[in-house]
Amino acid sequence: MKKNPTLTRGQRLVLLAPYLWIFAFLLAPLILVLKISVSHTILARPPYRPIFELSDGVDGFWTKAQTFTFDAYRILFTDSLYINAYVSSLTIAAVATLVTLLVAYPFALAMARAPESWRPFLIGLAAAPFWTSFLIRVYAWIALLKDEGLINNSLIALGLIDAPIQMFATRFAVVVGIVYSYLPFMLLPLFAALERQDPALREASADLGATPAQTFLRVTLPLSREGIIAGVLLVFIPAVGEFVIPDLLGGSDTLMIGRTLWNDFFANHDWPTASAAAVLLLVLLIAPLAALERMRFGQKDLRP
Amino acid sequence: MSLTTATGSESAPLLSIRRVSRRYGPVIALDDVSLHIARGEFFALLGPSGCGKTTLMRCVAGFETPDSGDLLLDGEDLGGMPPYRRPVNMMFQSYALFPHLDVFENVAFGLRRQGLNKDTIAGRVRALLQLTQLDSYGLRKINELSGGQRQRVALARALAPGPRLLLLDEPLGALDRKLREETQFHLKKIQRETGTSFMIVTHDQDEALALADRVAVMRAGRIEQVASPNDIYERPATRFVAGFVGDTNFIDGVVVLDSGPYLLTDFGRIALSSCCLPDGARATLSVRPEDIHARRDGPGISGIIEEFVFRGDNTLLRVSVGNDVILRVATWDMRFSVGESVRLQFPLDTPALFAETT
Amino acid sequence: MNRQFRILQALMLMSGFIFLYAPIVILAAMSFNASRLVSVWGGFSTRWYAALIENEQLMHSAWISLADATLSALLATFLGLLAAVSLARFGAFPSRLLFFGAIHAPLVLPEVVMGLALLSCFVALGVGRGFTTLVIGHVTFTMCFTTVAMLASLRECDPALEEAAMDLGATPFKAFLLVALPQIAPAMASAFLLAFTLALDDLVIASFATGPGATTLPMRIYSQVRLGVSPQINAMSTLLLGMVAVAMGAGALILRRSARRGRGASTT
Repeated sequence: MKKNPTLTRGQRLVLLAPYLWIFAFLLAPLILVLKISVSHTILARPPYRPIFELSDGVDGFWTKAQTFTFDAYRILFTDSLYINAYVSSLTIAAVATLVTLLVAYPFALAMARAPESWRPFLIGLAAAPFWTSFLIRVYAWIALLKDEGLINNSLIALGLIDAPIQMFATRFAVVVGIVYSYLPFMLLPLFAALERQDPALREASADLGATPAQTFLRVTLPLSREGIIAGVLLVFIPAVGEFVIPDLLGGSDTLMIGRTLWNDFFANHDWPTASAAAVLLLVLLIAPLAALERMRFGQKDLRP
Repeated sequence: MSLTTATGSESAPLLSIRRVSRRYGPVIALDDVSLHIARGEFFALLGPSGCGKTTLMRCVAGFETPDSGDLLLDGEDLGGMPPYRRPVNMMFQSYALFPHLDVFENVAFGLRRQGLNKDTIAGRVRALLQLTQLDSYGLRKINELSGGQRQRVALARALAPGPRLLLLDEPLGALDRKLREETQFHLKKIQRETGTSFMIVTHDQDEALALADRVAVMRAGRIEQVASPNDIYERPATRFVAGFVGDTNFIDGVVVLDSGPYLLTDFGRIALSSCCLPDGARATLSVRPEDIHARRDGPGISGIIEEFVFRGDNTLLRVSVGNDVILRVATWDMRFSVGESVRLQFPLDTPALFAETT
Repeated sequence: MNRQFRILQALMLMSGFIFLYAPIVILAAMSFNASRLVSVWGGFSTRWYAALIENEQLMHSAWISLADATLSALLATFLGLLAAVSLARFGAFPSRLLFFGAIHAPLVLPEVVMGLALLSCFVALGVGRGFTTLVIGHVTFTMCFTTVAMLASLRECDPALEEAAMDLGATPFKAFLLVALPQIAPAMASAFLLAFTLALDDLVIASFATGPGATTLPMRIYSQVRLGVSPQINAMSTLLLGMVAVAMGAGALILRRSARRGRGASTT
């Protein structure tokens, strides 16, 4: 390891721009959100009473600290709308993550066992939709899931059903949307974990008398654990805060916290409550986030 | 500019390393190291990995800064001088050839930094490519070269700016066995022809002994011995040097000084040619397998052959001399068999006697 | 058993790719449907594309989105490069961990939270929202992706190369410019493309960060889509998908070329 506690002037200059940017437009705004979440709602613009001014000084800070209000947080924990939104965000995200895993695992396995020369092409093809518009991919499902959409029409034409099944504007549609949109996030780590495995391990297992099913359960599956965990986190975390999918595919009763927050902010102009909801969302996600960061950045990355 | 850049008086050392120390947290990489390298010398730093030899080389190149001590090149203090101003060039272990540049541009890189004109650069690069037998490879990309060719490009590139001292970090480490010997001769030839001082770092004793005029054996941040390859091998200064360089037997015993000194061991007496240890001192004698002679009969210490391995030019015997002591003996006599009893004769000259330090 | 596995594997791959691509292909097909209805094929037509070009609002937004994506991707690539160099090459400088965490935070931060934070910040500073704030939002959002992409590439680039350049007389800045930069050029290109597509595609952060006069294409699409399926949006989507496909083809070519070079360097 390099011993380099201080930076030269040139190095400081390089670091300055990204450091200032990230401080001004990410760290400071996040602290501001925390501050707004303990402010009073007023009908004005901005629609909250600012708490601190820089001119207040330390004394001013303490006087004003008395006026902190946790009303916004109280609303979150008492209003059934919010409680439902949080519970339903977590359940929908969890169910969708599980379904994504079940869809992605055999798919990733099939790709990882394909001839080696094909694999880059296959994984490129599987990851490609990630580069296309998320909004458009979600939108594409509207035409499929609607009552008079392609799926219902086809099923009726085939005589399998008489009347359309309601899929659009349900939780089912939201889950389908999440599975579809986030499938690449699950596929990539699973594929990486499965492709890494030495084929000789499976041969050794078979050689020692294990059936293919036993080999899968005792060798392949346990060895892909890291990929599963990474994929689950990569899908679950953004799914909890998802806005576009529940808004386009969900019904008016499909509450998810991202959507509630958006409405509070844009429709109700209730900034303190929206901010408190954002803070609470981060708190809920801290455990999975920490786990993801630890997985993504081993010791070697965190240290220079 | 000529290939040789020696300046200053002939007697003063080219590079003086004076009491250099370097720590990384609790690890001491260099512990009060002093060395002098003469002009035109081929010098080797030999030691196991982690002994500090690479750190020392990087201090000379300017990529590490010593915590204390001085580095003087031609009497000029290198302290605080960044690597790009030092008249010292390095051939990296990985070669560190620039993959986006062709062979010509790799070699020309240092010359371009000196702001020389085009024709001078082209002429000099051509001369170096000729020297390293790469004449027709100027336009090749690095990834189109074999390992040996890459090694030569790296050498030409490091020689190009005309360094007063060339540092070579494990220069043969990445080559296969056969290529190594050829390259050793080649390196020696280039060193002689350019008159540049070479300092190589290696963990391979054969390489150090084969190439260098003088060898410094390092261990745990300290210098154990600086001497000619022959002296390092024949007259190791410490038990570590004896064990690290070449193959040897360590025989423990007690020094007895009456009628001519000898070492009293568990299995008999071994006469000592000279001895500076007091009577009764516990000591270890290092004897190379090829210095012990095995015979079927006659005088000497008796033992029984436990096992033997044919090694091509000789046969290595493992001889039990009693009390669980096994000696390794090299012989050209192929007719020994397991279980046979032999007589071992020890050499008359026994310079490698070390006092027990524990 | 091996044969069975092969059949199962082929089935799996087929159904997987159908699931991934069918919705997109159907969407593209619908954009050429003369009929306004989803379920009726009214014959092949490009009328929706013609209508699209007539739609000035949509075209204006498309320009805004393109300008915003280009500008923010350039800035994010530049800032990301500086950040990646700091993280990969400057050793354990003070507050490195804070910087590291902050740089990577947008990777995992819910977009609504980031958008909310940015908007509150702009309002608190009294900055009028518009194109500038939109670009600022997108730079902040995409900078982490560009940093990660270039950091990985910088770590793979042997530091001995830069040391060799310095050893041969190049100053640290020159060494970086002449040696490290050419090595990470493909990563820079893909970082730019990634930032560009992310910014072009983003709805949530744009909705928070932008103001009147700078409505992005996804925002327009979104407001129309909420009202239901629209053939014009199908056409717009198909155009966007085509653009992405072209960009990805270019990206794949760049990557393959650099991979070939990298592979050549590591073997033989």
